[in-house]
Amino acid sequence: MPFIPHTEDDVKAMLAASHAATIEDLFAEIPKELREVDLSTIPSGISEMELSRLMHDRAKKNNSLSCFIGAGAYEHHIPGAVWDIATRGEWMTAYTPYQPEASQGSLQLMYEYQTMMASLMGLEVSNASLYDGASALAEAILMAMRLCQTKNTLTILLPQTIHPHYRAVVHAIVGQHDANIIEISYDKKTGRITLQNLAPLAENASILVIPQPNFFGILEEAEELTAWAKQKNIMVIGVVNPLAMALLKPPGEWGADIACGEGQPLGIPLSCGGPYYGFLCCQEKYIRQMPGRIVGRTVDTQGKKGFVLTLQAREQHIRRAKATSNICTNQGLMVTASTIFMSILGPQGLRKVAETSHQGALTLHQMLTQVPGVESVFTAPFFHEFVIRLPQSAESVLKKLAQKHIQGGFSLNSTYPELRECISVCVTETKTEQDMEMYVKDLRKILSC
Amino acid sequence: MSQIPKTLRYSKTHEWVRKEDDHYTVGITDHAQNMLGDLVYIELPDIESHLESGQECAVVESVKAAADIYCPLAGEVIEINEAIIDNPQLINEDPYGQGWLFRIKPFENTNIELLTAAQYTQQVASEAH
Repeated sequence: MPFIPHTEDDVKAMLAASHAATIEDLFAEIPKELREVDLSTIPSGISEMELSRLMHDRAKKNNSLSCFIGAGAYEHHIPGAVWDIATRGEWMTAYTPYQPEASQGSLQLMYEYQTMMASLMGLEVSNASLYDGASALAEAILMAMRLCQTKNTLTILLPQTIHPHYRAVVHAIVGQHDANIIEISYDKKTGRITLQNLAPLAENASILVIPQPNFFGILEEAEELTAWAKQKNIMVIGVVNPLAMALLKPPGEWGADIACGEGQPLGIPLSCGGPYYGFLCCQEKYIRQMPGRIVGRTVDTQGKKGFVLTLQAREQHIRRAKATSNICTNQGLMVTASTIFMSILGPQGLRKVAETSHQGALTLHQMLTQVPGVESVFTAPFFHEFVIRLPQSAESVLKKLAQKHIQGGFSLNSTYPELRECISVCVTETKTEQDMEMYVKDLRKILSC
Repeated sequence: MSQIPKTLRYSKTHEWVRKEDDHYTVGITDHAQNMLGDLVYIELPDIESHLESGQECAVVESVKAAADIYCPLAGEVIEINEAIIDNPQLINEDPYGQGWLFRIKPFENTNIELLTAAQYTQQVASEAH
């Protein structure tokens, strides 16, 4: 018997109320090609033993490539203890810990996470995480829009040096609101945004987003840009790589109002694009407009220290349609891993990872730009990622490198048409001198053919 | 049983109103603060803002609930109670006194339709069933 609690009469009544003739009608807005798949090509079932054998054989075909692609997701060494601790039974739920009497462990961990994240961003408060970096940026912008408290259409300055996926998500989410999103072009020589490009747009602008480092790996002049924005009464959101903040000045020290970004570099493996998690920090005075869960420390009836979800009246289970957002749970397991990662490395460890990555990127940049025909594209300083122009088709060079077990970088052709045959290359602490020498040697060979 | 002073007028949405010279003082009733529990946060309208009768104009938030405040009469906000922003508990402790929310000066020819204490008492009683 199928576990469907509705009787036929129930179904009829619900369809009538939604003005639909059939259940199928309820899905009409989803394009047909997305709903219908051809199942005839899928063979009939096999036994567990046969399947296990098949998968084992296929897994052997996976090449272990030496990865120099960054572009928003970064390979870092994750100490074995991280996932060993994170996957203990006690943590194994991402479900919102509404009941403090049953969830002190999870709540304390999230509280520690918030403390670490706020300190890394140089800001006062952090929430307990969001879905991913791109949606965290969209949430940060919506939050800033609420703080602007005006009925007028708000203008948001969104530099083109921000990850193209993040910009697409911002257009999709924030675009539904009364907002005018202006993309800011970057300086073609330095690879970063400039005050000259921003200044003419200051008149009506309310919110400026500053990436650090930007999608090209370049360091934006975040402090100068923030100082300019503050003069014009423009709110500033920093969208940053959290690992880089162990080395660079964090958004709170620029004077930014909100910081957000992708938490993946802090202990989350590269895994087909996810699951990752987003983070969001802000100045304390803005906390009421912050979306997502927040864990607070308090005392119980006997005066003992304890942790609870706090400021819940902002959220949708209480505030309904007027909630600060529709974020309804957090990426609990990812945050668990990240918190353990950060506590194992400590501030010095994080800084060392960031420094080693930066040094490696400087080394590889120098080595690659000595290869005949390869040019450095931008002049401004970079963190652990940089852009080079290849003398041949970027796609074809990357494909040939992959045959030699090297993922050489991210082709910028499709997202930045002006950067023809350009790739961004990332180096983290996982790459040795030999890895880099191998890359350069193979690239020389490919280009000389 | 919560207090419902006879000298005040009331709205169906649990605000009270007291006439003072050319303006009215607005707050939430003892019954409303009882239902909400300990208040922790208040959002008040801007001074000089023009409000319609029935317009959402403020938010009161307790540990477990948030409620919108509807303006009981049309007019211009002339004063807000700054003290409750720092100390929302004043509304719980003294809803008809120190816990007032804002003062509003009605527009000319504003039609003010409010409940008497007896009518409001009846409404509270009927909501309890």
